[in-house]
Amino acid sequence: MSIKVGIPRALLYYYYHPQWVTFFRRLGVETLISQKTTRGLLDKGLKSTVDEACLPVKLAVGHVLDLRDRVDYLFLPRIVSTARKEYICPKFLGFPDMVRHTINNLPPIIDCNFNLYHKGSSSADFYFQVGKFFTRNPAKIIMAYNASKAALDKHNLDMQSDCLPQEHAAEGSADSNGINIAVIGHPYVIYDNYISMNMIKRLRDSGARVLTADHLPESVVREEAYRLPKKLFWTINQRMVGAAYHYFSREDVHGIIHVASFGCGPDSFTGELTERCARNGSNKPMLSLTVDEHTGEAGMVTRLEAFLDMVRWRRNMADAAATL
Amino acid sequence: MRVTYPHMGHMWICIKGMLEYLGVDVVIPPPSSKKTMQLGVKHSPEFACMPLKLNLGNFMEASQMGADTVVMAGGCGPCRFGYYAQVEHAILNDLGYQYQLVVLEPPQKHITELIGKIRYITQNRSWFKVIKGIRLGYLKASAVDKVEQRAYYSRPRELRPGATEQAVKKALAKIVAARTPEEMPAALDAALEIMNGVAVDQHRPVVRIGLVGEIFTLLEPFANMEIERKLGNMGVEVDRSIHLSEWINDHLFMGLIKNERSSKPAQEKGLAYLGHTVGGHGLETVGSTILYAEQGFDGVIQLLPFTCMPEIVAQSILPQVSSDLGIPVMTLIVDEQSGDAGMITRLEAFVDLLTMRGDTPQLKDRNFGVEECPQRMRGHTSA
Ligand code: SF4
Ligand code: SF4
Repeated sequence: MSIKVGIPRALLYYYYHPQWVTFFRRLGVETLISQKTTRGLLDKGLKSTVDEACLPVKLAVGHVLDLRDRVDYLFLPRIVSTARKEYICPKFLGFPDMVRHTINNLPPIIDCNFNLYHKGSSSADFYFQVGKFFTRNPAKIIMAYNASKAALDKHNLDMQSDCLPQEHAAEGSADSNGINIAVIGHPYVIYDNYISMNMIKRLRDSGARVLTADHLPESVVREEAYRLPKKLFWTINQRMVGAAYHYFSREDVHGIIHVASFGCGPDSFTGELTERCARNGSNKPMLSLTVDEHTGEAGMVTRLEAFLDMVRWRRNMADAAATL
Repeated sequence: MRVTYPHMGHMWICIKGMLEYLGVDVVIPPPSSKKTMQLGVKHSPEFACMPLKLNLGNFMEASQMGADTVVMAGGCGPCRFGYYAQVEHAILNDLGYQYQLVVLEPPQKHITELIGKIRYITQNRSWFKVIKGIRLGYLKASAVDKVEQRAYYSRPRELRPGATEQAVKKALAKIVAARTPEEMPAALDAALEIMNGVAVDQHRPVVRIGLVGEIFTLLEPFANMEIERKLGNMGVEVDRSIHLSEWINDHLFMGLIKNERSSKPAQEKGLAYLGHTVGGHGLETVGSTILYAEQGFDGVIQLLPFTCMPEIVAQSILPQVSSDLGIPVMTLIVDEQSGDAGMITRLEAFVDLLTMRGDTPQLKDRNFGVEECPQRMRGHTSA
């Protein structure tokens, strides 16, 4: 029977899962992804984390609990940094230890450091450390690593062409009566159907085309983010700000939805910077939502609908003005 | 140019000393108060951490007193502090405040950059003078630390209630009054003499508690609702894991001065539970808790502002440390609504628990982990 590694469907799973899964498969290791978020799963996470933690961390702990008794290893890489001189967030730095010291009866944890902070560092180092858990053959690791890189590249291109993680691939509703809405938020929030309350699908169902930071090449996002007075050292929030700035300046984008997570430190700053941008120098409608464990679906739906109505109304006005 | 900077406990004493020595016109904001907090809260992002809100309030109050330039420390992550200056500046700008901003970023390149910035504020004083000014600031910080440490000892043991408080005031005034590095040794001696003059009962039994957590909350009495004084009056001798001189040296003087105190031992200890630094003082919080347990302290209190990221990581780990090493740990979270009454109740309950354990040796050996210790409190200090 082959060894089974559990990967929580949380945090940077949304960016890296094709790479991780491919890497393990090439090493002959089976992977098990935790189930999709449900109320029950979230509740378990809430019970096992300190009250003050942000929603995504609580949710991630729920996913860990979902896997705990079903796998031989838990894959909880310590994502220190995914770009030079940047971090994701302090909680990513401590996540494996938070889990280790709050949850009992865990299988062994694979918590190697993924760290591209320093000049000359490479993701290969990380995969080598992980690979060593399962094989002594470096050639095998190299091959698995190369294949995994290709999988990641493909995933990134797919996202740019509207094939988002989970079942968020656009279902050919290309026409979308011409409304484009940008959704700005952490990938592990906006692509999680439960805590985002299916926002992307809802928007699509009501005829809007959804754009996220992941539709843009990294270079575009970074360039926009350089307009900030000082480089942001949180990679994902830098992406969010960069994408927001980009979409604010794009004619064909009709509204922007900013989704913050309750208790998120970086969001409290970048949300502020984004809103300021919206207020000074753009008249694009913007909706700011904060998701927390108590957010009611009904309230969110009402706000989304009201927002879409306003976007449509503005758009019609603009069209009318253009034909005058 | 009239320079101001945000409050953090007694930090104003050393910055004022340094800048005035260099001939800078300094505006010290009024001590942080409810009003400062209200001003800050009104204009800050709701979920920003509390120090940012108080900083902002300080700047608004200082502006009314004529300040036009802000000097503050920067950082390069991962915690929010590294972006404070920029967010605060954006907010102040939008509110119409015309502040010039000088951020002392950690030297990405070289210490000369820092000295260059200080020379800019000081309108090109000589390098020699600037370095002497930095030295004065540092001497003051370490003198303040020494006074505070004496106060930790005498507060729970003082014979006349309030004697320590009065002595601290007088001693700090001596340190404030020193104007050159040359005057500092005499000022320090005078300050310590005042502190030593507090009559104490050496044999009075005291409970010893280590204070760990987020630096601003630890150092700023308004933010921690004067926890050191409150505990002292309950008969507790406290010790604080981080001191002003350390922070000043690390963040403003970029480690230019060799510090007597260092956070190294705490960091090394912390690694046993937390495999990486997490920004702020998260790792030190874990490590200092271990050190306090090893030094036989009766308990540890962790202080943090609501939503503080590094401390939430530490908070998640402390129950394990507490249960492994048998030292009770209480977490106190402060926010803008925190009230005195709730805080006192919590502190009293914790001190009672520690006293009880101390009096009953069987209890002392028992493992006071999370599950076993119903009194362990978490959550807000707000009532
Ligand atoms: S970036 Fe925000 S949401 Fe993500 S782990 Fe950090 S605090 Fe939580
Ligand atoms: S240490 Fe905590 S309170 Fe201080 S800036 Fe960082 S997140 Fe905010």
